[in-house]
Amino acid sequence: MTNAAIIQFNNVTKQYDNDPPVLDDVSFEIERGKFYTLLGPSGCGKTTILRLIAGFIEPTNGEIYFNEKKINAIPANKRQVNTVFQDYALFPHLNVFENVAFGLRIKKMKNAEIERKVKEALSFVNLKGYENREIREMSGGQRQRVAIARAIVNEPEVILLDEPLSALDLKLRTEMQYELRELQRRLGITFIFVTHDQEEALAMSDEIFVIDKGKIQQSGTPTDIYDEPINRFVADFIGESNIVDGKMLKDFRVEFVGREFECVDKGFNVNEAVEIIIRPEDLEITTLERGKLQVRVDSQLFRGVHYEISCYDKDGNEWLVHSTKKAAVGSKIGLYFDPEAIHVMRHGETEEEFDRRLETYADVDRHGE
Amino acid sequence: MENKRTRGLYRIPYLLWILLFVVVPILLVLYYSFFDIEGNFSFVNYQKFFTPVYLKMTLSSFWYAFLITAISLLISYPTAYLLTKTRHKQLWLLLIIVPSWINLLLKAYAFIGIFGTYGAANSFLKMIGIGSRQILFTDFSFVFVSVYIFIPFMILPIFNALNELNPTFIDAANDLGASKWTTFRRVIFPLTIDGVKSGCQVTFIPALSLFMLTRLIAGNRVITLGTSIEQHFLVTQDWGMGSTIAVFLIIIMVLIMVVTGTRKRGV
Repeated sequence: MTNAAIIQFNNVTKQYDNDPPVLDDVSFEIERGKFYTLLGPSGCGKTTILRLIAGFIEPTNGEIYFNEKKINAIPANKRQVNTVFQDYALFPHLNVFENVAFGLRIKKMKNAEIERKVKEALSFVNLKGYENREIREMSGGQRQRVAIARAIVNEPEVILLDEPLSALDLKLRTEMQYELRELQRRLGITFIFVTHDQEEALAMSDEIFVIDKGKIQQSGTPTDIYDEPINRFVADFIGESNIVDGKMLKDFRVEFVGREFECVDKGFNVNEAVEIIIRPEDLEITTLERGKLQVRVDSQLFRGVHYEISCYDKDGNEWLVHSTKKAAVGSKIGLYFDPEAIHVMRHGETEEEFDRRLETYADVDRHGE
Repeated sequence: MENKRTRGLYRIPYLLWILLFVVVPILLVLYYSFFDIEGNFSFVNYQKFFTPVYLKMTLSSFWYAFLITAISLLISYPTAYLLTKTRHKQLWLLLIIVPSWINLLLKAYAFIGIFGTYGAANSFLKMIGIGSRQILFTDFSFVFVSVYIFIPFMILPIFNALNELNPTFIDAANDLGASKWTTFRRVIFPLTIDGVKSGCQVTFIPALSLFMLTRLIAGNRVITLGTSIEQHFLVTQDWGMGSTIAVFLIIIMVLIMVVTGTRKRGV
């Protein structure tokens, strides 16, 4: 265990009755003072991890450590973590002040002290002067802030956030993303944020755990995960991707859609079957002659920032292109991409093997940085 | 315009119903209360109500209604709470409610059988060596049977309130450091207080005017306002006095409903 680890999961499994496990032999470490995101589709097990940390449920197997102490059987009310719930769970019979003061009152703190701390927490989330409001008088965004204040006022070592932004409209959600990130920096405590929204995850996190089917598929910084997805699921879940089957001829040479391309990956077996990912924004529309791929434009959607253009090559593979330039539907165009744009994924590679392989690239000046 | 007229039309049966079966009877009761036993207009009934005999009766009615309500609540809240935790909660709830479909008189006679000198309760007491006791016609049997009768009415609103309680509130309280008991005291109970209030209303108000049980189970040892009204109308034929007591009963009920009135809290 590293010194900075505040939470550690060792081979944790959670299973209800005889159903398939919700969480299947999961191990990871959470470092102090960072912003973590558990990202995955609904039912992937991300909320289960959160509830295990909070202490609402106990693992079926494996150990959970908090500050190097095993906490498997410690009840939620004895843990140094606080949760911001998806529906906020603000007590409707208490006003804003009493909601925030709830945890402090249980600790039997003096009234003057409670008053000072609650005011401080409320001003932290920009809700100064809202002390005597009833919860029903608050808007969604304000309730969100009350819920955050109610968590931070207890000065926990870790704050757990269970899809707290999902009930807000888009504009407010983006605003709250900035605020949350800023808040985490100012407080310097560990945030563990659960979401199914990949943009949210990429924008806010120091570290992302991509979870699917009760397993952590990949963990890493947002750029790591976006640029080097470990498998088809991650590639597909994090942003849009074009994924085709290919073959690694030798180091730096890859073959797909029946043609050979230069790439920056190495360390594969000769003629190993692989999957190729090219992000839509890495594809550039050009003339047929200059293009590395020749495709026919099938449809086009205006997305505001860019056009989303769906093309098909002669083998029937779909190629999604994000471009600020318009293309004519039905026309034939060329697509150009750099060797760096090609991401090669090995079939069935574990995260450790994947990381080790990436390490070897470090010697190569792969992105020309 | 058409819409407004049809809406007015639909309203007629309900208005008629309320007029005939709510407003008119209350006015009749009020009207009768101003006549003495000879049929002369007077306030003598109201004066009589404030004599020790009737005040004591009122007090005793309140006392028994309070006892019945309190005991029902003490039994019903934990039961309702356990019910919400069971797997087939609707089935269990049904089993608890079914007895309330049986006629009150039948239930009373069943208890006469059970509590009687040669009843099941006494046989049991004899078997375990305590010996036969007078159970029927005591305060105990009156309160016991009344509680038995009112429990379903108490459980139902409390069960509904607990069932509607968002379980995340309990998680949230736990998360903020509250023990099980603190969670109950500061979150669960305050959030289900509306259910408790309606449960108390539907128990306390009818319990105030219980009359059949007082004779069948309590053997007229307990005289409540309800018994008194019955006696005045059927035995002494003093309709005026009976109505006067009824007027006070109605006033008390309205007061109770106002005091325990449910305010819906929006979330």
